[in-house]
Amino acid sequence: MDPALSAVRLSVREAVHTLSSEDGGRIFSTLGSLKRYLGQTENPALPGEQEEFARVHFSAFLRCLVSKLSPDWLELLPDGQLEELWASFFLEGPADQAFLVLMESIEGTAGPSFRLMKMAQLLARFLSAGRMAAVLEGQCWQHTESASPLLQETLLIRVVTLPDRLGNRLQRESLAVFLPQNYFPLLGEEIVRVLQAVVDSLRGGLDCSVSFVSQVLGKACVHGRQKEILGVLVPRLMALTQGSCLWQRVCWRLVERVPDRAMEAVLTGLVEAAPGPEVLSRLLGNLVMNSRKAQFVLTQKLLFLQYRCTTPMLQSLLGYLATDSQRRPLLVQALKELLETWGSSSAVRHTPLPQQRYVSKAVLICLVHLGDAELHDSRDELLASLMAGVKCRLDSSLPPVRRLGMVVAEVASTRIHPEGPPLRFQYEEDELSREMLALATSRPAADGSLETGPSVPPVAADTPDKEPEESDIPQPPPDGSDSELDSDDEFVPYDMSGDQELKSSKAPMYVRDCVEALTTSENWERWEAALRALEGLVFRSPAATREVSVELAKVLLHLEEKTSVAGFEGLRQRALVAVTVTDPARVAKYLTSQFYALNYSLRQRMDILDVLTLAAQELSRPGRLGRAPQRGSPGPASQPSSAVAPAWRAVVEERIRSKTRRFSKGSVGRGPAAGPNEFNSVAGYFFFPLVQHFDRPLVTFDLLGDDQLVLGRLAHTLGALMYLAVNTTVAVPMGKALLEFVWALRFHGDAYVRRGLLSAVSSVLLSVPAERLLADLPDELLEARAWLAGERWAVVGGRQAGGRCSPSSHEGLWSRAEAPELSKTQSKGQRLSCPQCGGGGTAIRGHWSPTGAPQRRHPVMRDGVCLFWKIPNLWKGYKVSTMDPRQIHQILAFCHILLLTTFFS
Amino acid sequence: MAAPPPPDPQFVLRGTQSAVHALHFCGGAQGQGHPLLLSGSLSGLVHIWSLQTRRAVATLDGHEGQCVTWLQTLPQGHQLLSQGRDLKLCLWDLAEGRNAVVDSVRLESIGFCRGSVLARGHQHWTLAVPGRGSDEILEMPSKTSVCTLKPEADAKPGMPMCLELWQADSSPRPLLLAGYEDGSVALWDVSERKVCSRIACHTEPVMALDFDSQKARGVSGSAEKALAVWSLDEQQALQALRTQELTNPGIADVKIRPDRKILATAGWDHRIRVFHWWTMKPLAVLAFHSATVHCVAFATDGLMAAGSRDQRISVWSLYPRT
Repeated sequence: MDPALSAVRLSVREAVHTLSSEDGGRIFSTLGSLKRYLGQTENPALPGEQEEFARVHFSAFLRCLVSKLSPDWLELLPDGQLEELWASFFLEGPADQAFLVLMESIEGTAGPSFRLMKMAQLLARFLSAGRMAAVLEGQCWQHTESASPLLQETLLIRVVTLPDRLGNRLQRESLAVFLPQNYFPLLGEEIVRVLQAVVDSLRGGLDCSVSFVSQVLGKACVHGRQKEILGVLVPRLMALTQGSCLWQRVCWRLVERVPDRAMEAVLTGLVEAAPGPEVLSRLLGNLVMNSRKAQFVLTQKLLFLQYRCTTPMLQSLLGYLATDSQRRPLLVQALKELLETWGSSSAVRHTPLPQQRYVSKAVLICLVHLGDAELHDSRDELLASLMAGVKCRLDSSLPPVRRLGMVVAEVASTRIHPEGPPLRFQYEEDELSREMLALATSRPAADGSLETGPSVPPVAADTPDKEPEESDIPQPPPDGSDSELDSDDEFVPYDMSGDQELKSSKAPMYVRDCVEALTTSENWERWEAALRALEGLVFRSPAATREVSVELAKVLLHLEEKTSVAGFEGLRQRALVAVTVTDPARVAKYLTSQFYALNYSLRQRMDILDVLTLAAQELSRPGRLGRAPQRGSPGPASQPSSAVAPAWRAVVEERIRSKTRRFSKGSVGRGPAAGPNEFNSVAGYFFFPLVQHFDRPLVTFDLLGDDQLVLGRLAHTLGALMYLAVNTTVAVPMGKALLEFVWALRFHGDAYVRRGLLSAVSSVLLSVPAERLLADLPDELLEARAWLAGERWAVVGGRQAGGRCSPSSHEGLWSRAEAPELSKTQSKGQRLSCPQCGGGGTAIRGHWSPTGAPQRRHPVMRDGVCLFWKIPNLWKGYKVSTMDPRQIHQILAFCHILLLTTFFS
Repeated sequence: MAAPPPPDPQFVLRGTQSAVHALHFCGGAQGQGHPLLLSGSLSGLVHIWSLQTRRAVATLDGHEGQCVTWLQTLPQGHQLLSQGRDLKLCLWDLAEGRNAVVDSVRLESIGFCRGSVLARGHQHWTLAVPGRGSDEILEMPSKTSVCTLKPEADAKPGMPMCLELWQADSSPRPLLLAGYEDGSVALWDVSERKVCSRIACHTEPVMALDFDSQKARGVSGSAEKALAVWSLDEQQALQALRTQELTNPGIADVKIRPDRKILATAGWDHRIRVFHWWTMKPLAVLAFHSATVHCVAFATDGLMAAGSRDQRISVWSLYPRT
């Protein structure tokens, strides 16, 4: 053995021995002498000795130092001299070993103690002294020797998971620097310093590797800390790589050496953090050509498999592909694939709307970046995909999808096929379409500067313009005398609401006159007046209306807007509803027969459905009877009695109030007066003809084929009719027919139709009494249950999987007509919570109004059975307090069906 | 605060037996002590209504069954000018219960254009009447034609539709405002016989105008759906100030109340509209008549009357003068 080496060993052994003694002075001097081996005293030891100390003895010695740490030991010398010396070994010795020993000792300490706090503080000093850079830097040089992969791995894990480990150990006493939001930015700074050192040494001709830094970066990103670490790293690198090739190459190398499994996390973070395509291009270089993984992430995963990138991210990403001629083929390829996806009918049907928007945006951005020549080369292919996509989208029953198709078609066709006639659609502009059009027109920023968005400057320019304008208005005319202005106050305007356009012809006074005017009149003012007067006339003279009801319905159904009448659709619909309400049986029979007749447009068929729903709603509205006669002719005989009744009631209530003392006041809401459901006797006329013929295609009308929009409307209408038929005798056969209808269509491809079916099932459950459900419709119920078991999660809670209802499904589950009714009854609910499961929510008791007419039942509390308790799993993961009432309602409906079928089987 | 419901007329005068085309308040003639309202009808009769008894006190028949389009009493009282579509302008003497035509002027124009009169001195007054494609200025009572104001050959404004003769306080020269068929309003300097200024404020014929000489601001109504407000600056130039949109087209008459606070219009849409004259804020829409309103008039005490084709004259008391 080399005598020098043994000298190091001897002195270390002696020092370890000395540390156990109680003599502070001796300890101090021994440690001081050992510091020679760290090489920072006046007379450092020989390099060989230093190296041996560092390699062989340092870790063991540090462990020994840690084990000696105690309050008494530190007190051996005054003024914390010993502590200072003790800490200097950690801060000045080889950083990686010191770091590992520190981490090890912190993790090895059980529970909070003096030593743990001391070590944590020391680690904080270690970090703030910039020693982390030394740790990382050490690994950059070691690659020439055979660096132990195990050590590197250990170090890597410790470096990245430091906040977690410290947090676990220190619990609430953790120091600020160890919190991830502070630690990772610090790590980012340290990485920049390491890279600076690497660049310097490369300039000096020394070889070194950044792969350990890449690993650290990759792992931190995998742990979800992209924002913190790249938020620091990217701006610094952006500045440093500007104009320095060496820096750029180091940077490219840094990203290149990121392990494959971390590549996605790093790239996503970089795309997010980079302010523009230029910067991204500087940071990544031609990575996308060199690394298959990077290429997959950038051209496939971020574009097709995910849709979480924001628009600026997409712009950076696609701009990056466009900035270099080597990468442009990738962009063309991406556009082809994007358009292919965009044009696939299956994608249109099965992907959620946000993803379709995302792909559309990506298409538009690609088109902005690509030149005419490049587009021309693959024009046929692109056009074919585009046209297929436009067709699928225009066929869709969801308006946003249709609009998306129109916007993209307009923009893309002008770019791909510029010489052809421009494509123009009529669509209402909304925020999305404006954003898309802005995307299509904005040219890529050449200087790579951060785009502030084109809309900001005009807005800023507008406001100063507007303000003086507004201030001008109240400004009095220049030469007005004050007395004139003051006297303005005395001229209070009279009511001018009656000031309407003068119609030269008089409105008809009789229903028959209206019919005549609507059919024969060439006088358009008379025609319009008749249309406007019709609803009121029908309500005023029900008897006269009944004589001509079917004829009137026929006229109204075929009425066309020949002149531009404001609110024509509404007028016609209201008139039709009024006629239907006045003579429900005959008109409903006529309308339902016409729904499946030849020679109607889809618009007219959908009008029929709307009218039937609204009329049924009006008929089933509680308290309608009480109001209707009053609206008709207020007979003088009826007035006294109605005037007297409130009078005596007021007297009685006043007397009760004067003799009653109340400690607290509950809600004084008085339920609406009870009355028979008028819809009861006629529900069959509305419902059964509609549900019967849907599977028989006509020449012009094929519900199961192309006319799925009408089918969706039909399903919603049937659901609404079912819901409105609550408490009627016909509800049971209706429910049976409706469940059969649902069963026949349950695997329909269109989301809107399926949504309508779900709404229909829910209304069956709400409207048909439970015992009748179980007794009369067992088979249908079981079938529905089997289907719903598949659909359930697609609806409740809005968790949505591919091919299920779109995320907006629970919003649309209740058609417009019935939604207000539903929320009205729900507000009467009281809060419940179940002792077994802890679940709670707005629950509604089966509620009976005092006069005996049943209100809407709800499946929550019936016969004292709490459904929360029965099916707690349904509530898992949902916060009841934050849920939409309708959503709760849905879950309750499914609870109900599950419960019923559970009892049954 | 909810707006109060529109008011009802104070009273209604019936009995003209035909459409009312002209109205004029006659401040209580000396001796009688109470104010009169004069109305001219389509059947050529002029009715004199007592506002106290609310009955017709006299009927003048001097236009051979042709429509009376304009009525105006002369400043010294007792004398009434009536313009009819029989192409005659009659001067009536009403003093002491007389009702006889004392003089008449032959007119050239067969349109509905109303004349205008400007008093100059005790017994002298200047009269502007429409001529054939021009305006004639007559010196009365001598009936001497002072001049004919004919637009230049290149300007084709069409027939004059309404006239307003006035004189600025500062200058003795009479000025004439005329509204033309092409929708323009022109300011004539009568003594120099030239157009000082012209603005096109409407696209349809100007049916009526009124001018507030104190504020040098005027208003005109036409067959279209808007009122135009214009002003006159020191250089005698007309300037359009603003337009006031209306619900229905067609204004038959425009009058500013003598105290220059409010403005009333007679509409073809059967409605009388009242505006604040200075701000042009709409104040009331009076839907009493069942046919076109042809004329409105204000009394010096603020009473307003409107005559309509439905043969009724409604009398209103709005925003009474304090």
